[in-house]
Amino acid sequence: MFTLIGKHEKDPRANRDGYVEAMLEMMAENDKLIHIDCDLMGCINTGKLLKAFPKQTFNAGIAEQNAMGVAAGMAATGLQVFMHSFGCFASRRAFDQAFLAAGYSQLPVHVIGSDPGVTAAFNGATHMPFEDCALYMTVPDAIVIDACDFVQVKSLTKQLAGQPGLSYMRLIRKGFTTVYADGSEFEIGKGVTLRDGTDVTLIASGILVDEALKAEEQLRAQGVSARVLDLHTWKPLDDDLVLKAAAETGCIVTAENHQVSCGLGSAVTNLLAEKHPVPVERIGIQDQFGQVGPQEFLMEQYHLTAADIVDAAKRAMARKA
Amino acid sequence: MNKQEKMHALQVFAEQIRVETLKVIASRGFGHVGGSMSMADAMAVLYGEIMQIDPQNPRWEDRDWFVLSKGHGGPVMYATLGLKGYYPMESAYTLNQPGTDFPSHTDRRKTVGVDLTTGSLGQGMSEAVGAALGSKAQGRTNHVFVAVGDGECDEGQIWEAAQFAAHYKLDNLVCLVDDNGRQLDGAVADVMSHGKGLGAKFDAFGWHVIDVADGNDVEQIYDALTAAYAVKGQPICLILHTVKGKGATFAESSGAHSSQPTKEQWDEAIAAAEARLAAVRAQ
Repeated sequence: MFTLIGKHEKDPRANRDGYVEAMLEMMAENDKLIHIDCDLMGCINTGKLLKAFPKQTFNAGIAEQNAMGVAAGMAATGLQVFMHSFGCFASRRAFDQAFLAAGYSQLPVHVIGSDPGVTAAFNGATHMPFEDCALYMTVPDAIVIDACDFVQVKSLTKQLAGQPGLSYMRLIRKGFTTVYADGSEFEIGKGVTLRDGTDVTLIASGILVDEALKAEEQLRAQGVSARVLDLHTWKPLDDDLVLKAAAETGCIVTAENHQVSCGLGSAVTNLLAEKHPVPVERIGIQDQFGQVGPQEFLMEQYHLTAADIVDAAKRAMARKA
Repeated sequence: MNKQEKMHALQVFAEQIRVETLKVIASRGFGHVGGSMSMADAMAVLYGEIMQIDPQNPRWEDRDWFVLSKGHGGPVMYATLGLKGYYPMESAYTLNQPGTDFPSHTDRRKTVGVDLTTGSLGQGMSEAVGAALGSKAQGRTNHVFVAVGDGECDEGQIWEAAQFAAHYKLDNLVCLVDDNGRQLDGAVADVMSHGKGLGAKFDAFGWHVIDVADGNDVEQIYDALTAAYAVKGQPICLILHTVKGKGATFAESSGAHSSQPTKEQWDEAIAAAEARLAAVRAQ
């Protein structure tokens, strides 16, 4: 169960600390839980894990491919292993290892990719993954998550620890808007309905959840009833929730901090094309590379704002038969 | 059993592995003969004498691990595990047939006794390092053995894994380099050479290196592995100077990576290997 706050106020806590708090709590009870980092402990505060649980926390240095293989080997000995790097390196750089050593091998390796998409901001194009989830979505049975706030990161981290195979979770490193109240719990593979509505459904995840909530308010002021779904899990997709939304609202807008051609928007359209075709407009990266700059600037550059979602909702509604 | 008797038993086991490796590949007619046959003696020593294993309980928690990072050598592992009783030997004569549990490259999902999936070269080394670290982290006293090819050492991942293993002082990890001097496109020296040599490289990465002059001699391998157990605070690397295709009449002279001999060549090779086994047994 969850409680929506949704006042667009910044959470004083960094999202990374949602991950670290969950790991600290779990490691205290479970000595088979491991964290492997790639010389980025300073970036996501996992130095706290190393300090508190030095026998369960390892730094692999700047060598992501080996780190992924080591994670799989450790998992084969009966351990649950989390592995972290920046999203670009945790996906592109170590993908063959993730695919074979962990995914195909059916071993519990949970990959945390920080700084997804435009949240890489001042690290720029080289560090800005718009395709990290796409890669992991191609691995059969893998779980792929784009979490939004501190509370959601913490809840989903705890659930990943029990999963039997490969998973990938994007982690916004810094502070983000508070969407959910403390104590909210989420279930892998189950989206949540944040606002009910009848004219259009806005499906979002990660940093786009707050933009979708703002868009709903703007649409409401214009007399449009918009449903808002947080689909934090891209794979397995919550088919029932999406199909119900398509049937009840007749059109859909997806919004993601990722390439629309191979992410949340494509997962939704793949489903709807086969099961319930309705007009869909997709907010996200339109076959572009990243670039350097403040996150707010990048969100405008790539049309990831509430205003863009409002416009897309109007286009989608206009296309309804 | 004194050492001489032990070594004789290992020689016999190595020749049995060669016969069965050829039969496994012959069942399909083609495959990675070269890199399988060069490993037969090391497999005999590991599974015949060194490793603590239980074929009736393949995933026994305290077992020693063997990871064939050069996964294309699958047939030599299938022959060894079959002879050790992990499964009926005949079941491995389905190599690469539809639905088989014995694919070209070793696969933990398919074959009893295979702990980790390999085939994408370099990956098995990291997986073995993870198995060694994971074993230590859980207080186990077992060893992890990993076999890599000299050609495989072109992969950067081998060296990422090597520096990690030395940094974490994984003295429960032994890497056997099948230094047969050949890779798919020809001689390692021509395709991609190894600077000051693989032994020097592992040494520079902080490993304890043991050079095994004849990597197809069971006694030299046995002595090196016995010495490896005495090393503390460092991972151990055995450079096995081997002959690719050793004991396969159609492959030994060419050092071919994979072979598709004729029926007559298969019959000749298996007959020669069986004659060699009989001769070693009679010694």
